[in-house]
Amino acid sequence: MTQVDITSTTMDGMGPHGTKVGLLRVLGPAHVWALGVGIVLVGEYMGWNFAVGKGGAYAALIACWFAGILYSCVAMIDSEVTSTVASAGGQYTQAKHIIGPLMAFNVGLYLVFAYTMLEAANAITAGYLFSVVASMTGHADALDQRPFIILVIMFLAWLNYRGVLATLTFNLVITAIAFIAIIVLFVSTTGLVGSGIMEHAALFEGHELPYGWIGVLAAMHFGLWYYLGIEGTTQAAEEVRSPARALPFGTLAGIMTLLIAATLTWYVCSGVLPWEFLGDGVNGSVAPLFDTARLSGSIALVWLLGFGTLFATLASANGCINDASRAWFAMGRDKYLPGWFGAVHPKYRTPYRAIVFLVPIALIFALGAPLDQVITFSILSGLLGYTFMPLNIILFRRKWPLETIKRGYEHPFHPIPALTLLTLCAVTFFAVFLGYGTQLVAMIGFYIVVSLWFHFWRYRFVNRGAQFTMPWPKPRGY
Amino acid sequence: MDLWNWIEYGAWGLSAAFGLHMAIDWLKTDSSYSEDVLTSSREGELEAMAEEHAEKHGMKS
Repeated sequence: MTQVDITSTTMDGMGPHGTKVGLLRVLGPAHVWALGVGIVLVGEYMGWNFAVGKGGAYAALIACWFAGILYSCVAMIDSEVTSTVASAGGQYTQAKHIIGPLMAFNVGLYLVFAYTMLEAANAITAGYLFSVVASMTGHADALDQRPFIILVIMFLAWLNYRGVLATLTFNLVITAIAFIAIIVLFVSTTGLVGSGIMEHAALFEGHELPYGWIGVLAAMHFGLWYYLGIEGTTQAAEEVRSPARALPFGTLAGIMTLLIAATLTWYVCSGVLPWEFLGDGVNGSVAPLFDTARLSGSIALVWLLGFGTLFATLASANGCINDASRAWFAMGRDKYLPGWFGAVHPKYRTPYRAIVFLVPIALIFALGAPLDQVITFSILSGLLGYTFMPLNIILFRRKWPLETIKRGYEHPFHPIPALTLLTLCAVTFFAVFLGYGTQLVAMIGFYIVVSLWFHFWRYRFVNRGAQFTMPWPKPRGY
Repeated sequence: MDLWNWIEYGAWGLSAAFGLHMAIDWLKTDSSYSEDVLTSSREGELEAMAEEHAEKHGMKS
């Protein structure tokens, strides 16, 4: 078998056996971190606070930490598998190699839907932020948000089209600013520097768990919002210089960053905003960190958190375009979708057709669908993806035990993380069912229908050799 | 018309410019390179070996 050094500069972007134009290997661990944290951090700026509305401030904290365990398991499992399956497509490619074509097709669709819906939700949010700034600066009429929603999607798609290095360097800068803004807000409002404004005891008294333990369970649905998307780091696998090092490093640093950001966010917001206001993300606190900054009385903090909110939104949409297009591209390359989508731009070395094709889909959802439905569809697709991961790692370890394939990272305590993840997914499915049962059933119905279509029609076009491209030994038991 | 009305027009204009740039570049790229080159990206080794084998022996994959 040919020995291929994927880090070789003379083979940069060129694969073995006739790849004339391939994706460019230019990314490092910091870009992987920026991709994962960038997609997620908007959840700290807005969205997580619906968990407070479901069960009170303590319920949101419990959900924050339980979801943190769920996502730590996701990050560890992903780091192990993707440091071995270093190809675009992330979990889709993992499913293809480890489970089989039908699972891969479904996982690919989960990814594309989760990221495209999240991108649409971010564009809607950015449009809303522009309208808030307009009204704060004295614009009398209601601002037309559509040009700003479209501009966000078109600009970020253009950036992605032009090259992955610029795209994720941009994400690194704006994500770092958004994260630092949270730290600065924490330091400024909790009394570490100057006088603190935290009133936890007074605000929590008599409202510890307003809806009891069922409220805690219901809060799990929005607890995902603190971390949703960290698994997106795997989509960079074909574009990092050193997959075995950069992917685990970037992903695990990313989940640690998010655990810190989520806990700090809960602490500062719940210590300043009453839970009834904080928990109503529509008519109450739409952007809790920004509202906390406003209550601090510091103009500098208001500006910093204002830009932090906008940057987090843009970073998330940017990462989503990157990830959805890689998943779509990988499916096209393997003929799970028309092979036409598997094209790489010869100059910019990006999956340009996949990027452009997903633009109108994001625009349709951003301009034509209500925000909560778009977010719910994104969460549900993500949750189906998380349910696949424990099955994936259990099969991976069973078919290729540790001594048969060298991993870039081996996650500890297997199978405890996998079983924990599976249990927490089951709990979260129940929590989602409590609030969005119809959507959950409708979406599972949708995936069953497309699975039947794939099995009875599309599978005949699939490049079946694509399932066996990894230089792995024969799986145990086969 | 206040500043925000102009910014709205600016956003429409920039959106069109970004969209147009991608569309023109896409058409130019597709007409300048063959489909074989553009879709030549391969994930790994075995698939490509299988293709080479099929070509060598005149088999359709």
